[in-house]
Amino acid sequence: MSGIILPGADGMLFQRDRDWHPKADTPGYKSTTFRAPKHSLLALGPTKSEMTGPTFGHEKLGPLDNDLIRNFSQDGTDAIGQRMIVYGQVLDENARPVPHTLVEYWQANAGGRYRHKKEGYLAALDPNFGGFGRSITDENGFYHFRTVKPGAYPWPNTGNDWRPAHIHFSVFGHAFAQRLITQMYFEGDPMIWQCPIVATINDKAAIDQLTAKLDRLNTTPMDALAYRFDIVLRGRRSTMFENKLEGN
Amino acid sequence: MLHPVPTLKETPSQTAGPYVHIGMTPNFCDITGVIAEDLGKTMIHGEVAGERIDIVIRMFDGAGTPVFDGVVEIWQADASGNFVGPTAPNSNAVPTFTGWGRQPANEQGEVRFETVKPGRVVGPDGKLQAPHVSLWIVARGINIGLQTRLYFDDEAEANGGDFVLNKIMDKRRRETLIAKRDGSTYRLDIHLQGEKETVFFDI
Ligand SMILES: [Fe+3]
Repeated sequence: MSGIILPGADGMLFQRDRDWHPKADTPGYKSTTFRAPKHSLLALGPTKSEMTGPTFGHEKLGPLDNDLIRNFSQDGTDAIGQRMIVYGQVLDENARPVPHTLVEYWQANAGGRYRHKKEGYLAALDPNFGGFGRSITDENGFYHFRTVKPGAYPWPNTGNDWRPAHIHFSVFGHAFAQRLITQMYFEGDPMIWQCPIVATINDKAAIDQLTAKLDRLNTTPMDALAYRFDIVLRGRRSTMFENKLEGN
Repeated sequence: MLHPVPTLKETPSQTAGPYVHIGMTPNFCDITGVIAEDLGKTMIHGEVAGERIDIVIRMFDGAGTPVFDGVVEIWQADASGNFVGPTAPNSNAVPTFTGWGRQPANEQGEVRFETVKPGRVVGPDGKLQAPHVSLWIVARGINIGLQTRLYFDDEAEANGGDFVLNKIMDKRRRETLIAKRDGSTYRLDIHLQGEKETVFFDI
């Protein structure tokens, strides 16, 4: 197959679908009121400055970095809560795995309480739970970690709002313009549909993309449930000359 | 169709929330002993070429309140205009200059990066861009990370020919990206909203 090469367009990232992402100003989530820019974003194709980005091959991850059950343990015992494994694949929009990229995650404890001085929920702290972990994806883009299921928690928004159980994720990719922060929810949780932060997303299919699926096959008997959460980063365009039958 | 429609949709963004520090700067919020140092805290690990500078960014919301719970990441070229390339997957060699920094805001909504002044990088028009630093800002109330740039006020000539700055039609708004020199420190105020709203990009 041959085609025309658009000058400067080759290898660039697909444009972000800003209708798929939440808009900046979402009145149901009140913190956006004074923090949402009012001007429209200035469209700027990525330059070399945004098509490159940090890599963390040199970061020596500790053996417990991806084990939230043990990595903050003060007395050598496990964090309290329903044990689970969260795993998934980081891909780009072309369905290509994103290997060797840093994935960071953080969450409340099993009671829904964050270890943070500004946390205002009275649920008990677990002395053995910090709530932070990180992984670098393997050569096929997979990450995994062990944790306890976070509790739902109340937050000051309209007076009696509760967040569904969720885990926050930060992902790098290989270009600064791929940088992404998101949240993972749990399949079947009815609280997803009453959450003002979830509702900043308009499309139900987009919300479903944030919902981890229970994976009984990878569940460890008598130990931990497994949930799968794949993450998709922006993909690169390619030149028509590079197109192969199997796609690229 | 020149470029096939991508197979998958990008995972939608969600706010980093008020407890972003737990995941991105755990030591800063007293979750110690998990990692030795918060990632991105130190950009320089030894002898580096170029002028050592500090970059101080203050962030304000539309009501003028400091964005005290925000986190800023920067990505920049080194003094000769080169970006640090990917390290080998299992290499333990930390680059002396990483080009990437991450800092949590203090109660005044301020972050400080100790870095070097970046060199010029070629732009999409084939000309050199003015020296600049790419910024990414997340916080509670920000649904998708905000992308912008920081330029330097003592680079007026280069700024005048910069591909990106010249895309900003309202010349007064170009000023929202230009940091002011004060000794070896460059200072920039970011306004998420309001009369002095910073220009943010859809990159
Ligand atoms: Fe949360």
